[in-house]
Amino acid sequence: MAGGPLLEVRDLAAGFDSRHGMVKALNGVSFGLEPGERLGIVGESGSGKSVTAHAITGLLPSNARVTGEARLDGVDLLQMSKRKMRHVRGERIGMVFQNPLHCLNPSMKIGAQIEEVILAHTDADKREASRRSLELLDQVGIPSPDRSAQEYPHLFSGGMRQRVMIAIALACKPQIVIADEPTTALDVTIQAQIIDLLAETCKAYGAAVILITHDLGILAGFADRIVVMYAGRVVEQGDVDSIYYRPAHPYTLGLLRSVTRIDEARRDRLVPITGNPPSPVLLPSGCAFHPRCPYTQPVCSERVPPLELKGGIDHPAACHFAEEVATHRAGDAVQ
Amino acid sequence: MADAALTPSAPERQIPALLPRRPMLRHLVSDRTALAGLLLLVLMFTTAAAAPLVAPRDPNEQDVANRYAPVSFEHPLGTDNLGRDELSRLIYGARISLFTSLGVGVAILAIGMVVGSIAGFAGGIVDGLLMRIVDVLLAFPSLLLALAITGMLGPGLLHLMIGMVAVWWTDYARMMRGLVLSMRERPFVESAQAVGLPGRLVAIRHVLPNIVGPVIVLGTLQTGRLLLALSALSFLGLGVQPPTAEWGAMLSEGQQYLASAPQLMVYPGIAITLAALGFNLLGDGLRDVLDPTMDS
Repeated sequence: MAGGPLLEVRDLAAGFDSRHGMVKALNGVSFGLEPGERLGIVGESGSGKSVTAHAITGLLPSNARVTGEARLDGVDLLQMSKRKMRHVRGERIGMVFQNPLHCLNPSMKIGAQIEEVILAHTDADKREASRRSLELLDQVGIPSPDRSAQEYPHLFSGGMRQRVMIAIALACKPQIVIADEPTTALDVTIQAQIIDLLAETCKAYGAAVILITHDLGILAGFADRIVVMYAGRVVEQGDVDSIYYRPAHPYTLGLLRSVTRIDEARRDRLVPITGNPPSPVLLPSGCAFHPRCPYTQPVCSERVPPLELKGGIDHPAACHFAEEVATHRAGDAVQ
Repeated sequence: MADAALTPSAPERQIPALLPRRPMLRHLVSDRTALAGLLLLVLMFTTAAAAPLVAPRDPNEQDVANRYAPVSFEHPLGTDNLGRDELSRLIYGARISLFTSLGVGVAILAIGMVVGSIAGFAGGIVDGLLMRIVDVLLAFPSLLLALAITGMLGPGLLHLMIGMVAVWWTDYARMMRGLVLSMRERPFVESAQAVGLPGRLVAIRHVLPNIVGPVIVLGTLQTGRLLLALSALSFLGLGVQPPTAEWGAMLSEGQQYLASAPQLMVYPGIAITLAALGFNLLGDGLRDVLDPTMDS
């Protein structure tokens, strides 16, 4: 893979057949992922973050129509046979889901659930798989792995279960781990630990991570690069610093303003983004964000702004007035 | 800029709760109704199995001189219209009544589970087709349909069993399908797919084991109902033929002497009621034990 990205998603679009016609959940999403990179995908619910992850791994329900490309080491995952795709999942792409409480089989011992993945994808025998699973449990910080492996999931707390999920995701040393809102169901103190663990273990295994979240706060210390999604499109992407310090899309700006900060003695209120995310059945014309945008102009409701680099900004943003937003924000950031 | 919540802290080392996993049997035994049902059934089934050892006499041995004998040391429950020992007939009858209902129960469970799982996993046309067959069968009153099928085949225990199996597998099929469908939507099944387990493994290890609970509950309750249905059909003369002892058949024979010797109907009636009660109590108890423990 000389130089090329590990995963390259191009023009990914997905829709669902429904009674109300085609519901478009993704409208041409493109991004790349380098080996070992930590990418954050951020957006409100309904922005298409999870659909992106599920589309890449072929886990969308059967009424979904997916177009575009998702190349892993140059091979398009979307064109892959079900059988081959099954081997990609678990073996080359590990996944961690939102709800650790319900993601483990309640009637199977913890150890067996890890072994099962190893046995399905490698030629390890039962003993080797069991040894590996204990090692994994230890690496994700489960105390006394040999005893815990014999327990059933209901004895584990949410945080512990999420650790087990990370162990399962890493079981076959994947190249990519996709974590879909891994901490949403956990309380705040555990959140930080899980994110740290994810970063640590994936680094140890040399796996790239895609962390999907609605919380920009979580990504700050974690991601190398951030993709901001809104209504099924990428509206801005760039490295962490440029997104946090030089946002060029009003939506990103809005997200940043609604994050609580402990490191600044700010006395003013959090600024919410007004309104609700648009329904995918009835997207606003032009820029889908224009009805909620404080900077909206007539052109915004007429033309969809492309995701492109503009003069004066170091990263692409899909806004007609990206430069103005960036300069306006620069004033904010100084104070 | 770094979010303060993300400053690394000492690795969290939670100690898992040291609750012992409560073994199902102990849980069950601690539930009084379930225990009563379990004891009742164990008692009845062991007596039935050990009939030759337990029964005081041969159930078909007639003693015409000693008909309608009252309760005595020799005949603990008296004798019937042909002077046969009533208790021995009840004990031997238990073998047929209990083991036949259990046999039919297991058979319909097997068929229903296979058909229901196929429908649930396959979906689409296969599902539609199988469920329409089930619908048709369910549209008839089941006892009448079993009666009709057995009637066509001719009376006899085997034919009766065939008739019952042909009608009653539908409940399980329907329930299995529903359980499979709901279980397939569970996050852990989705995550089993997300780690690339083959569909077969997902079905066998992740979907089916989590369905066992409700199936056992329905199975137990259903066996009680089958016992009643079996007795009803035997009462109508479709099951075992005289002189073989069977509770429903005994009830039917005793009916003729209802005015003069009501005990001939009362004893098998009590036996049927107790057995059905046993299945129901156990089923209810099992439901309490198995249902709420799906998660935590």
